[in-house]
Amino acid sequence: MTDKKMKGSHALVAALEHEGVEVMFGFPGGVAIPFYDALYDAKNLRHVLVRHEQGAAHAADGYARATGKVGVCGSTSGPGATNLVTGIATAYLDSSPLVAITWQVRSDLIGTDAFQEADITGITLPIVKHSYLVKSTEELPRIVHEAFHIASTGRPGPVVIDIPVDVALGEVAYRDCDTIDLPGYKPTSRGHVKQIRAAAKAINEAQRPVLYLGGGVVTSDAAAEVLRLAELRRLPVTTTLMGIGGFPETHELSMGMLGMHGTVAANYAVHECDLLIAVGARFDDRVTGKLKAFAPHARFIHIDVDPAEIGKNVVPLIPIVGQARQVIGAVCKELEAMEWSREQTQPWLARIAERKDEYPLHYERPKDGKLAPQFVVKEIDRVTGHDAVVCTDVGQHQMWATQYYTYTFPRQFISSGGLGTMGFGLPASIGASIGRPDKTVIDISGDGGFQMTMQELATAVNYDVPVVVAVLNNGYLGMVRQWQDLFWNKRYSFTCVEVQPDFKALAEAFGAVGMRVTEEDEVEPALRDAIASGRPAVIDFRTSPEENVFPMVPAGSEITEMIGGTSRKKGRKP
Amino acid sequence: MKHTLSVLVENKPGVLTRVAGLFARRGFNIESLAVGLSEDPRLSRITIVIDGDEHPVDQVTKQLHKLINVLKIRDLDPENQVSAELLLVRVAGEGEKRTEVLQIAEIFNAKIVDVDRRQLTLRVVGTNEKLEALLELLQPLGVLEVVRTGTIALGRGRGG
Ligand SMILES: Cc1ncc(C[n+]2csc(CCOP(=O)(O)OP(=O)(O)O)c2C)c(N)n1
Ligand SMILES: [Mg+2]
Repeated sequence: MTDKKMKGSHALVAALEHEGVEVMFGFPGGVAIPFYDALYDAKNLRHVLVRHEQGAAHAADGYARATGKVGVCGSTSGPGATNLVTGIATAYLDSSPLVAITWQVRSDLIGTDAFQEADITGITLPIVKHSYLVKSTEELPRIVHEAFHIASTGRPGPVVIDIPVDVALGEVAYRDCDTIDLPGYKPTSRGHVKQIRAAAKAINEAQRPVLYLGGGVVTSDAAAEVLRLAELRRLPVTTTLMGIGGFPETHELSMGMLGMHGTVAANYAVHECDLLIAVGARFDDRVTGKLKAFAPHARFIHIDVDPAEIGKNVVPLIPIVGQARQVIGAVCKELEAMEWSREQTQPWLARIAERKDEYPLHYERPKDGKLAPQFVVKEIDRVTGHDAVVCTDVGQHQMWATQYYTYTFPRQFISSGGLGTMGFGLPASIGASIGRPDKTVIDISGDGGFQMTMQELATAVNYDVPVVVAVLNNGYLGMVRQWQDLFWNKRYSFTCVEVQPDFKALAEAFGAVGMRVTEEDEVEPALRDAIASGRPAVIDFRTSPEENVFPMVPAGSEITEMIGGTSRKKGRKP
Repeated sequence: MKHTLSVLVENKPGVLTRVAGLFARRGFNIESLAVGLSEDPRLSRITIVIDGDEHPVDQVTKQLHKLINVLKIRDLDPENQVSAELLLVRVAGEGEKRTEVLQIAEIFNAKIVDVDRRQLTLRVVGTNEKLEALLELLQPLGVLEVVRTGTIALGRGRGG
């Protein structure tokens, strides 16, 4: 392509299209007008107008998580940019590839407290992988290319590009940029051969191995390799919240999630194992509980693309820095050449199978005659045949969504794990649905979280995005109430949502389908109708108000000190 | 133990903020930090001294490495580095005290860079320990004001 003279605003559109961006989520404003003017003529770049910039960031993030592509959001300067902050932090803590374009006041006004000026590169400094304040129209194409490269490689993360409006108005001889000038950025992708061999040897010798999968397995598209590894040496598998979908839960080796609301089988297996193989996981406190007592009999193999994660919380025997997919693939190759007998781990697998059978996740039918939230999630699972993309907000419903839906493929479960952002679900599900129009997308939400970004229903209606919002409406900020229930003498201080809108009427007011469900036998037809409508829908499921999430490991306790998690047969503890 | 990190960074706006911000966010304490251009005008070299007992140095360097503008980090071997710091100190110096200050200055190879009837300003270059020793001797005489650049350091020999 030869150089073509154009304005910065058009150059930005061209550069985004060159990166393969098909859709971006944004909201305009004064200094964003030149860019929006260029967008008006864009041929391949679709723009989705959200109703609040937080929604733009979460939608872009949801799109990124559902597709593996970089999500793009944009805003005007000042308040537009600060409204993106929660979304950027959410993407940062879950290592989601996001490019956030913020418009800025004119270069010569920066630093003068000009109208709608906010130092967004400063504000976002601790929550970005990298950021740029663009100085000239000339460097814009290169910066866009670098930003996409940084966001999507190594450990992915958000990159902010802050662009003063004069850069959009200036001229540049545009040419697609495919070069980067990042002498300090060379993420390791291939694991060390000696370490890979050592890992294979340790796995081959283990009597009681556990494979512990984090979000890195999903982000690096390593699910196929992980499945191969697990089957090669019959490794029982547990995932973190972020790792959900990295291993099919229908598989006999799956133990479900571990940690604070993990299964008995998973937490005890980790407690008793002699080798813990962590892949793309970071030994977060929600997973480990009391760190000193975590996996006390185990040696650790830690595979992560981010060297800083290795040794941060635990010191592994065998650290391997590299992309999960490459490393696990290489470990499998080594193992295939080694001798091994199924008998070696047979007693271990038998013990785990017994635990899974004796201590399954279970709940009782609420005595108040209201819906069990767990039942609603199970129905969603059944109606969608383990095949929907499930987004969540944060709270009890999020944990029930992890426990009672059966995940079978990567990028199927989309949730704010690291930051725990209420309000994430609806906009993320809009992004996910736009990215995966072939899938049914369900947002399992809470009555609290839904109210934080429910204005995005208008976006869903506007662009015909057929997400189904299942509000597990318990009338409480349930997860906080649960802590108050268990640890604060049931003093429900400001966790009862006393006044709620009528969610059914609200949905209808937005032009979406609205329903209310109070009876068990209405759950399935409501879900079927909502999905069949092909329109955005909100179902207000009236669930039992004081239902709690079990099992539960109190913060800071050992992960075997579980509240609940009793045997279904004898009511006894493991 | 003290660790001296020699950090090569791109000479671009905002890089120092990123480095300092990282230390603040991760709760790492900086004992001293000095920054200036390196042999290559596109690059700056930052010398950071941290207390290794307080924070795992390994974590600090790994986190620093994640900054896109950071090219290279060396944890300089204390036995195998040359280091220096510049210090300016204003001391009270009337009468007998003045002679004493002058004697101390001579021992430490310090230059008198400003003087009036009541006080003297000394300029001295040396290792961190040498400057500490000087200050300790001057303290009883009346130290009025101190400013230090922070340590700068290079590995010995061919470096690398
Ligand atoms: C933005 C934000 N504010 C506050 C919290 C703290 N918080 C965590 S869970 C929760 C309750 C959520 O209530 P709801 O959405 O109704 O879900 P439930 O737990 O009842 O299922 C709160 C307030 C949070 N995670 N995010
Ligand atoms: Mg609730």
